[in-house]
Amino acid sequence: MPKKQKFLLRAYIVFAAMFVVAPASNAMHIMEGYLPAGYCVAWGAVCLPFLAAGFFSLRSKIKENRRNLILIAMSGAFIFVISSLKIPSVTASCSHMTGTGLGAILFGPCSVSILGLLVLVFQAVLLAHGGLTTLGANTFSMAIAGPLVSFGIYRLCCRTKVNHRAGIFLAAFAGDLFTYCVTSVQLALAHPSEAGGVAASTVKFLGVFAPTQLPLAVIEGILTVVIVIGLETYAGPELRAIGFVDRRKEA
Amino acid sequence: MTKNTKTVLLLLFIAVLIAVVPVAALKGAGFGGSDDAGSAMVEEIQEGYEPWFTPVLETALGGELPGEVESLIFCIQTGIGVGVIAFFMGRFVERKKWMDKQGGEDAPDR
Repeated sequence: MPKKQKFLLRAYIVFAAMFVVAPASNAMHIMEGYLPAGYCVAWGAVCLPFLAAGFFSLRSKIKENRRNLILIAMSGAFIFVISSLKIPSVTASCSHMTGTGLGAILFGPCSVSILGLLVLVFQAVLLAHGGLTTLGANTFSMAIAGPLVSFGIYRLCCRTKVNHRAGIFLAAFAGDLFTYCVTSVQLALAHPSEAGGVAASTVKFLGVFAPTQLPLAVIEGILTVVIVIGLETYAGPELRAIGFVDRRKEA
Repeated sequence: MTKNTKTVLLLLFIAVLIAVVPVAALKGAGFGGSDDAGSAMVEEIQEGYEPWFTPVLETALGGELPGEVESLIFCIQTGIGVGVIAFFMGRFVERKKWMDKQGGEDAPDR
């Protein structure tokens, strides 16, 4: 990262830590108005450094080779599609997936935060799904925490020479589930139950989200593997340009 | 069919199965959103909790977005995504055919 970018990044971090302005803080699916204002602001502040890092990492990737833009657009489109599909689950309620696993595997967790943010803003403004006040918390769970876990697990699987496709499946699966775990914790922090405090609340919220999300996380894993197979078959040069294929050979 | 095609078809089949089975198995269930279930849980834990902010759109419309319009916007979202993916995938597929015909200095891996 050039010096100027480093400086700007630091400035952002300081800005985020000290001068806490309410940014669009949209964790995956916390409903508008269900987080107290303080939490909205705090989660938004936590997101800012990641978003700044993501912005610079995307920009340098595009500068490096303009054709990288194609894969970036496709990962973004993948999030668009996947997070718009509401799928019925075993608990007789519907939920949808995050789709951030693909971007995290291809470009790393920070870049995805920008793509995820775009989707969340779209849904918050046009669909009243999620919300502008909860945008920070939602961005953190869906566009930062989930992708971080996906990325970590994918790298781990590469290191330990787990089957490549199994690694992708696990990464997307875990990222999706983790997103909802974070959402539960975020809700619980804001709404601790009287009897057991935050922990009891977390368990309650997890009880709502986790069983619904489990089968969906499996579907997300499957779809991510499918699209990666497609890309590997037809987009070899692009994958090589972002270093994806090399990473795989290292494994 | 190549091995990859088979894998992809099998995986897609499993994905559809996972999505369809609950609908078929749980007849008469409501299939509401899990987000709404989350709201209900908040109210259960803290009785009488009022959301302090209503969505911008609902304020502008003076009520909830009509169900049909909501599904329209969800479709637009899906459409944008599928459009982008399909467009580039189509180009990649044709390019691969062309490159294979050229004898390919960029021969496929497998």
